[in-house]
Amino acid sequence: MAFDKMELRDIEVWDGNFAAAQALRQCQVDVVSAYPITPSTPIVEGYAKFKSDNYVEGEFVMVESEHAAMSGCIGAAAAGGRVATATSSQGLALMVETLYQASGMRLPIVLNIVNRALAAPLNVNGDHSDMYLCRDSGWIQFDSYSPQEAYDLNFIAFKVSEDHDIRLPAIVNQDGFMTSHTAQGVATMDDDTAFGFVGTYKPMNDMLDFEHPVTHGVQTEEDWHFEHKARQHNDLMTKVSPKINEIFADFEKLTGRKYNQVESYDMQDADVAVFCMGTSVETAREVAGEMRAKGIKAGVVGLRVIRPFPFMEVREVLKDVKAVAILDRSSPNGAAGAMFNEVCAAMYNSESSPLISGYVYGLGGRDLTKAHLVDLYNELEANAKAGKVTTQLQQFIGVRGPKLAYL
Amino acid sequence: MSEMKKIKNLKEFSTSADRFEGANLLCPGCAHSIIVREVLNATNDDLVLAASTGCLEVCTAVYPYTSWDASWIHIGFENSSTAVAGAEAMHKALKTKGRLKQPDRNPKFVAFGGDGSSYDIGFQWISGCMERNHDMMYVVLDNEVYANTGGQRSSSTPIGSSATTSPAGSISYGEKQNKKDMLGIMGAHNIPYAAQVSPNKWKDMVKKIQRGFATEGAVFINAVSPCTTEWKFDPKDTMLLADLSTDSLVFPLYEIIEGRELNITYRPKNVIPVEEYLAAQGRFKHLFKDQYKHLIKEWQDRVDENWAYLQRREEARV
Repeated sequence: MAFDKMELRDIEVWDGNFAAAQALRQCQVDVVSAYPITPSTPIVEGYAKFKSDNYVEGEFVMVESEHAAMSGCIGAAAAGGRVATATSSQGLALMVETLYQASGMRLPIVLNIVNRALAAPLNVNGDHSDMYLCRDSGWIQFDSYSPQEAYDLNFIAFKVSEDHDIRLPAIVNQDGFMTSHTAQGVATMDDDTAFGFVGTYKPMNDMLDFEHPVTHGVQTEEDWHFEHKARQHNDLMTKVSPKINEIFADFEKLTGRKYNQVESYDMQDADVAVFCMGTSVETAREVAGEMRAKGIKAGVVGLRVIRPFPFMEVREVLKDVKAVAILDRSSPNGAAGAMFNEVCAAMYNSESSPLISGYVYGLGGRDLTKAHLVDLYNELEANAKAGKVTTQLQQFIGVRGPKLAYL
Repeated sequence: MSEMKKIKNLKEFSTSADRFEGANLLCPGCAHSIIVREVLNATNDDLVLAASTGCLEVCTAVYPYTSWDASWIHIGFENSSTAVAGAEAMHKALKTKGRLKQPDRNPKFVAFGGDGSSYDIGFQWISGCMERNHDMMYVVLDNEVYANTGGQRSSSTPIGSSATTSPAGSISYGEKQNKKDMLGIMGAHNIPYAAQVSPNKWKDMVKKIQRGFATEGAVFINAVSPCTTEWKFDPKDTMLLADLSTDSLVFPLYEIIEGRELNITYRPKNVIPVEEYLAAQGRFKHLFKDQYKHLIKEWQDRVDENWAYLQRREEARV
């Protein structure tokens, strides 16, 4: 029995979760192995419902934990087909062991992470703690700021991940609730166009090819382990970025929607800039516009590709800025912010040296308000005028009690 | 259709291509390789295999070598069951979609794990796979100890055994807990087929494995795997230890069908006293000191009670 196609309007009103679920349907994922957790659950529920209604022919395996979910994805991917799942927060934390195994075994899998805080205290709302937790897991990592991007980046993720020169799993992040549960207009592709973009899965070293048995997941000690890890890093550093640019260009040709590894808004002549991820990018863009009306040359930089970290692109976009704020939506727990550190590293040893200050914000779903950003841009403007960082290097914004600032 | 081999004598095993090579790093006298070969050689069908982290895995897939001439995967310590379940799901999906490269084949999905990875750390994963009734077989290579990490107790380690984390000493007889009834627990999942096997009783084993392969749905096999290193016996005596374990009824051979029908499949003509089984292994040596001798009697009573319990269940068809 063939599956049914779905008629979509050019613009649908979808939240980020449903947009991702629709992308999994249109990619005709072969196996989804999943376990529910707020706020990502509707993605895999969506796939299950599509299956019940004959819109997909793949297998949906509802397992008994997130660790098992990714274990099932790994087995399915090694068998040779298109695989996806979704999770958040504690689920991701339980899954982390297998994330390293999936990437080390060079298996293409797409994981939607609907970003959420990590306990304790328990919290279901959005921040980037889970995103940061798997930062060094060897996965390609994209960040979306809206349901539209959550939809688009899934197609891009499959196409990059499954490429035979790449063969690395990919994560698509979206903000818990702010993106995942907020309905917006999403420009769609029709089913044939969408599937045509990713194409039929091309297996490689597949366990179901019995004429060519393959051993997956071997042991290597001090004799070979380093070479395997080095090769994986090398591919991330040299092959993935050009491939992402190629696929971004293909996608733009198809849809007119252009993505960049580092997104920049009003940055051509910016003196001051906010560097952030997720839904904060949109808020920052709006405030930057208002600051410009007040005569402050404000811009916004959004990180689209978290791994491989676009080191040179970050350096390029910030080269003429006088002062930049790096926003980290995860508790550094005793250090400078992780993104602050990464951007500082990119700018150090370069020909330009913008003043860089770090801000920790929005933990556990705390709103980042326009007022916060107005204050922040004013601080950056003061830094730019003074020619030095006038505040401490790390500040917490939006938290109760006396101001918290360090370093 | 699945192809069932006719195996009437041991020689007929040698008619199959060895998909598990003798070139591996397992200890001389290790029962794991014997059991794995007995499982694999029971069918000519294609295989998708998985192994949990443990002796079997670290001794058979050390890059750049492999002992496996069949599709094989290892992920971690706890998830060989789910690895194979994922592959089985993919097989189903590609079959539906008409994308199998060799659609006429009838592959069997088999996961192996030690008792550490099965009774303990991977317990939940196996339970999930059995409950969901994947078309797969899970085989425990049960040597009653974490052998790969050097002899720590698992929940399969029997009472009175000296393990490195429950060592016998001047005031301790070693392991204090009794062995977990894994087969009973898996049977209680009401899966189509669960059975206990031993490598010495190869006809019984082949029959059960072939039944398992012919079964649609989840199959659980617990195989006793005498461990020369941790049970502490001479490597040449592996089969002797297997004989002692089955014939003393410490490892009774039986099967549970659909969780509702228990059949004892081997009744030793001469039941050997448990004491002889214990005496053959260094791990129980201390039990023969005067202060712990009462434990040998308790061992015998426990084995007798379990045998009576199995017979009651068999008779009552429950």
